[in-house]
Amino acid sequence: MSDRDLSHQFETLEQQALASSLGIWVFLATEVLFFGGLFLLYTVYRIKYPAAFMESSKLMDIKLGVINTAILLTSSLTMALAVHSAEEGEKKQATLRWLFLTMFLGIVFLGIKGIEYHHKFVEHLVPGPDFVLESINQQQAQIFFGLYFAMTGLHALHMIIGLGVLSVMGGMTWMGKFTKAYSNPIHVAGLYWHFVDVLWIFLFPLLYLIGNR
Amino acid sequence: MRISTPIKTYLNVYIGLLALLAATVGAVYVNLGPWNIVITMAIACTKAFLVVTFFMHLRANARAVWIYASLGVIWISFLIGGTLADVLTR
Amino acid sequence: MTTSAQAKNYITNDYHVWSWVATRDHKRIALMYLVAITSFFFLGGLAALAMRLQLLTPHTELVQAETYNKLFTLHGVTMVFFFLIPGIPAVLGNFLLPLMLGSRDLAFPRLNLASFYVYLLGASFTLAAAVLGGVDTGWTFYTPYSSTYSNTHVITMGIGIFITGFSSILTGLNFIVTTHTMRAPGLTWFRLPLFVWALYATSLIIVLGTPVIAVTLLLLILERGFHMGIFDPALGGDPLLFQHLFWFYSHPAVYIMVLPSMGVVSELIPCFARKRIFGYNFIAFSSLAIAILGFFVWGHHMFISGQSLYAGLIFSFLSFLVAIPSAVKVFNWTATLYKGRIYLRTPMLYALGFIGLFTIGGLTGIMLACLGLDAHVHDTYFIIAHFHYIMVGGTIMAYLGGIHFWWPKISGKLYPEFWGKLSAMIVFVGFNLTFFPQFILGYLGMPRRISTYPPEFQVFNVMSTAGATILGVGYLMPFIYLIWSLRYGKDAGPNPWNATGLEWTTASPPPTENFAEVPTVSEEAYDYRSRPEIGNV
Repeated sequence: MSDRDLSHQFETLEQQALASSLGIWVFLATEVLFFGGLFLLYTVYRIKYPAAFMESSKLMDIKLGVINTAILLTSSLTMALAVHSAEEGEKKQATLRWLFLTMFLGIVFLGIKGIEYHHKFVEHLVPGPDFVLESINQQQAQIFFGLYFAMTGLHALHMIIGLGVLSVMGGMTWMGKFTKAYSNPIHVAGLYWHFVDVLWIFLFPLLYLIGNR
Repeated sequence: MRISTPIKTYLNVYIGLLALLAATVGAVYVNLGPWNIVITMAIACTKAFLVVTFFMHLRANARAVWIYASLGVIWISFLIGGTLADVLTR
Repeated sequence: MTTSAQAKNYITNDYHVWSWVATRDHKRIALMYLVAITSFFFLGGLAALAMRLQLLTPHTELVQAETYNKLFTLHGVTMVFFFLIPGIPAVLGNFLLPLMLGSRDLAFPRLNLASFYVYLLGASFTLAAAVLGGVDTGWTFYTPYSSTYSNTHVITMGIGIFITGFSSILTGLNFIVTTHTMRAPGLTWFRLPLFVWALYATSLIIVLGTPVIAVTLLLLILERGFHMGIFDPALGGDPLLFQHLFWFYSHPAVYIMVLPSMGVVSELIPCFARKRIFGYNFIAFSSLAIAILGFFVWGHHMFISGQSLYAGLIFSFLSFLVAIPSAVKVFNWTATLYKGRIYLRTPMLYALGFIGLFTIGGLTGIMLACLGLDAHVHDTYFIIAHFHYIMVGGTIMAYLGGIHFWWPKISGKLYPEFWGKLSAMIVFVGFNLTFFPQFILGYLGMPRRISTYPPEFQVFNVMSTAGATILGVGYLMPFIYLIWSLRYGKDAGPNPWNATGLEWTTASPPPTENFAEVPTVSEEAYDYRSRPEIGNV
């Protein structure tokens, strides 16, 4: 069993596990910098246009935002439990249960996000020729909403990819690939999912919770 | 190398995360002036720390992993710091 | 002992096309990269040739001004993103890193193959943009011209470069993990060849910097599509933010381009001076220092952009600092040569050329770090000369030196030494004739990126164009004789140079799995004292 799980370029399973761990963390570092550019723009423009950012943030639906944040935090818990289940060599039904729950929560998150986007579209808050806003400096508000869509859009794209990855993990679990000795892929998938959660942990307050209500 | 975390720990962390979520939303309705942003970011960092430490098991990993995990965050601060050094002093 | 002709090696292992298309062998992937980047080198070279012909006279009508803009954009984009940045890492790095570490392949072979196909995908978009009519913004894509006013295929080319960035990231990631986890028993960090240190430092830059250019291009595309206003002053945006984001990667990118070439030189000098490298630790740490310090200096591209004076002062000071580790390397190479037993073979000619030309390029870089001087020569040919001395006089010379040095290992054949030496000398002469006059032109005030010029600049432009033609011949020659050697070259043994390093302990060309058994290392690197004679070449 362990020979089949050991790729030819590695000498031992430990070496392989270390390599896959280091690999995903290096990748996550690149993701941090990828979003970093957006955080830079956000920081600069929030400093430049504090009033516009504050007023625009109040137009965000805080209820949906809180619900979505809670959903994502819960999905992180279920993901951790899925990985735990696989690494402990539990029955595959147990792992699959947690994986499906995680994916379900992810889909709900995206659904709510879709509803929010739809609201923004209807309210003419999507940057472009249709953008209309009476109360706040239009140019500055458009920058806020541009960043909102770019940051949450990119985040949502990462979640969709995460759902794809989890489907593959579901398939591998169902085929009995994960044992106490070998569970690298699901461990890697878990780290990716948690990272997407950490991103949202920062996105939520920065976009939804500027200023007081 | 792999930490075997008891399920109870996961649940405790989860409850902590939800509590922090409530706190950060609650803070929106309390006017603390410039401290609002500080508290918001502190709470976000705490939540992130919990996820990274307990869900992502960063502590269990080799030193190389620690280094790369921190490099991403440190490097963003260089990007933002360097740019602000220009934007704020024009 | 079986000769390379008889034993199965990584080339003869399987002749089916699919075995190449779907290969996971780092050596085959390296060869495929070699073909791809050489093609882009010639494409970028053609663009340069067209530009130099246009600049032969003050008002040549070879190309219109708009076309000229598209030519220098194409030249910059292909040379930077599709030749120099992948260049040594994707070809020599991919081929040699596992061999130098004593391992069978990289940590993630399938990711390596994916990286190559991602490169091809990005290349396709970029070529499509060129074929559809090109881009006229310069490879720097400054806003708001690129985001609002240019009527060219910015989005298509932006997508192409965006995709190619991921190819680079995957390679860097692979190298980092491989170096950390797959060193042979006994191969501690400080016994590694310096080429490995160079590749490691390069990979560090790649993974930290490339994501930023990726998101920057994405934002440029979004800005062009949706006019959010982030980079357009007419919409409340700040065009300097684009420049900060762009140069945060693009300055470290030049170290991505030069560090691997320094690593090659660190391999060539000890071998052809038959002497242990002087100051191994200094060279190793200087590579890391360059990688890290290189991230702190990007504002020196923006001295006259409207950036604050105080930021300019900080970036100027830090730019002086980053020159120090580079200088450390030059001193150590020179000290290695001292009392060495010098063999002026082709790779050594390129290495020596590198040291001289890189030094000139580096010194002019320090000149440019001075705010006052840069204000005078920014956007002139002085800048062009500076970076070509490093990119072409430095990186490309080292690249050619490395290709010649490891050609026997890669192909199992020896290249013809006479033609090698002759080409190296032609390249050296052609290079200096092309680019030294450009220092003078820039200092006298000739601006860059403009297709015409005042008549008093013609003499130096003619010299430069003449030099470019000679340089082109010098590049064409290795292309011809290296291919020739594949069929008619003498068989190389495992170690024609009697060099140190694990790659020389296996057959030329190596078998697919690199080593019959995993080697153990017990010596320091560059132990040339025990092998004073160069090989039987």
